Amino acid sequence: MAITLTQAAADRVKTFLANRGTGVGLRLGVRTSGCSGMAYVIEFADEVDANDNVFEEHGVKVLVDPKSLVYLEGTELDYTREGLNEGFRFNNPNVKDSCGCGESFNV
Amino acid sequence: MALLQISEPGRSTLPHQHRLAAGIDLGTTNSLVATVRSGQVQTLADEQGRHLLPSVVRYSADRAPVVGYAADAAGAVDPLNTIASIKRLMGRGIADIQRLGTRLPYEFVDGDAAVPRLCTAAGEVTAVEVSAEILTVLRRRAEAGLGGELTGVVITVPAYFDDAQRQATKDAARLAGLNVLRLLNEPTAAALAYGLDRGSEGVIAVYDLGGGTFDISILRLTRGVFEVLATAGDSALGGDDMDRAIAQWIMAQADIAEDSDHAQMRRLLHDARAAKEALTAVDEVPLSVQRMDGSRWQGVLSRDRFNEIIDPLIKRTLSPCRRALRDAGVSVDEILDVVMVGGSTRVPRVREKVGEFLGRLPLVEIDPDRVVAIGAALQADVLAGNKAGDGMLLLDVIPLSLGLETMGGLVEKLIPRNTTIPVARAQEFTTYKDGQTAMTIHVLQGERETVDACRSLARFALREIPAMVAGAARVRVTFQVDADGLLSVSATEQASGVHASIEVKPSYGLTDGEIEQMLRDSMAHADEDMQARRLREQQVEADRVMEALTAALSTDGQQLLSSDERAVIDHAMADLAEKRRSGNVQGIKQAMLALEKSCAGYVERRMNRNIQAAMTGRKVQEFE
Repeated sequence: MAITLTQAAADRVKTFLANRGTGVGLRLGVRTSGCSGMAYVIEFADEVDANDNVFEEHGVKVLVDPKSLVYLEGTELDYTREGLNEGFRFNNPNVKDSCGCGESFNV
Repeated sequence: MALLQISEPGRSTLPHQHRLAAGIDLGTTNSLVATVRSGQVQTLADEQGRHLLPSVVRYSADRAPVVGYAADAAGAVDPLNTIASIKRLMGRGIADIQRLGTRLPYEFVDGDAAVPRLCTAAGEVTAVEVSAEILTVLRRRAEAGLGGELTGVVITVPAYFDDAQRQATKDAARLAGLNVLRLLNEPTAAALAYGLDRGSEGVIAVYDLGGGTFDISILRLTRGVFEVLATAGDSALGGDDMDRAIAQWIMAQADIAEDSDHAQMRRLLHDARAAKEALTAVDEVPLSVQRMDGSRWQGVLSRDRFNEIIDPLIKRTLSPCRRALRDAGVSVDEILDVVMVGGSTRVPRVREKVGEFLGRLPLVEIDPDRVVAIGAALQADVLAGNKAGDGMLLLDVIPLSLGLETMGGLVEKLIPRNTTIPVARAQEFTTYKDGQTAMTIHVLQGERETVDACRSLARFALREIPAMVAGAARVRVTFQVDADGLLSVSATEQASGVHASIEVKPSYGLTDGEIEQMLRDSMAHADEDMQARRLREQQVEADRVMEALTAALSTDGQQLLSSDERAVIDHAMADLAEKRRSGNVQGIKQAMLALEKSCAGYVERRMNRNIQAAMTGRKVQEFE
């Protein structure tokens, strides 16, 4: 299993990285917090850690630390627009339930 | 589920703790909101994908106010209820409005309130309320676009905005439910958008030619601080004037009478504007205009001809540029960068002429309509704490000195102009008379030495000072200017702790050019002011001496002085009183010396008597 990016998400990440000027890729992860257990982390990555799992999709490097990978296995990252708002969405098959807003989740 | 944005490494926010911040360019003609998303700054569009929001509000009796394009379109049919260019009225008093009156098509409520009110179908509204409607629309757009509530915003204001106008802008933001992180000068925001704050230190010129206003600002960047050295401009010059000039040319070519009806004029202006915009990209545009009698005129407007038409207008922007450079005391070759702001700077001829005049290729890469909002968004992002601490915290300076009135109508400056803000300064003052229990703190703004030549901002009283001899009370007055350039003043008597303070909501009414004028006056009158200060100081000193002497004479003059001695002192005192009135500094000084001499013997006798009184009946040891 792996982490995948939709074409839309990959294109956006590439644009953002290009505008930022530096960075090796995108770091995805989870951490405990929030109103319902876990919260997603989505950050620019400036370096690859030794333990990182590295996925490459549509020309974008995605880095995930081994602890987070357990919770993210099989996730597809998408970029969508909802009304005026636009941003990244985790389509994560491991999620059992999430808080009302969806910013944090349980597995 | 919620949509997420990419954060900087290690700076992911907790769920529900996103600090959403936006920058708002609240313009005279158009307004904009921008934000930083996933490390990228962008302006936000409405549902139709339009980024600009015309700063026009239309009020009606039975519906909520309409803001933007819809309101703008209604301007012609419902002029009294459609408020445009409200920024010109922000922080203005009735007197200013009357001066502008002929140019403003609105009905003002008669009354003596400090803040002018406009009559509309929805009742009376103030400039602050109208601006709040515009800000509310931008807030909703930002919150819909970002998917959450805004933590705070940075709003831009012209560099020449005074305290009253800045306060009015803040009030409007509060009314719109926005938390203002900071007000930022527009030219500073434009310089920020180009990242000039990280560039080399030096002088930057910001050339801002909008639809109806022109501003030139000369900034200096030193150690990350932008200081506004000088501003100048023309509040009635812009792209609209170009449209009018082209329309007039078309009328001359097509034999259309000057007194055509409104509809015809509007069509012509519309065509003129389209031609102007097209000429940015192409060398000539075909024109086709319908005359009143139904016949058509066909013609071509070449870029060369267009340049000829607008050259006089561009020339009119160059004299304020020259003035600003002179006021700033910098020469053209000291300028490092020229930043272009405002839609009219898209016109190639404008870029060419400005570049020629200022000797630099102007910066034009960022959309000149959006550059100010973009700079504000970058600043908002930093202030909201979203960006890693790379030390970029922008500082600004206060445009005019702040001080308070002291005896004799003089101004004691606590915070000199061009001090970086936020800043707090304190100074101790004391009482002037024996037993004085109250003190009036009169807060002033300006460069001149005397109260009547400065601008009065506020006045408040510190009461219940314990009765003490003159000069014994210690009143500490603190001036604090927050990051938005707004002032609060407090006064505390140190011994008793009595305290009074005021938030300066300045008495509205300083016009555009007045700050500039005040600065120039202070230079022109520097000598005169210094003389006036010396005279007042002498007069105050003379008053103090005479007062103290009169008080002393009335207690023990009878016992200690013969009538001859008393006559000499009285004579010297009368002489001083007269010299004080005459207003001759030297005369007062001499009369004061003479008076001191005449009563030297008396003072000695008093001293001895007091010491005797204090020592009577005590042992020598007690004084060792």
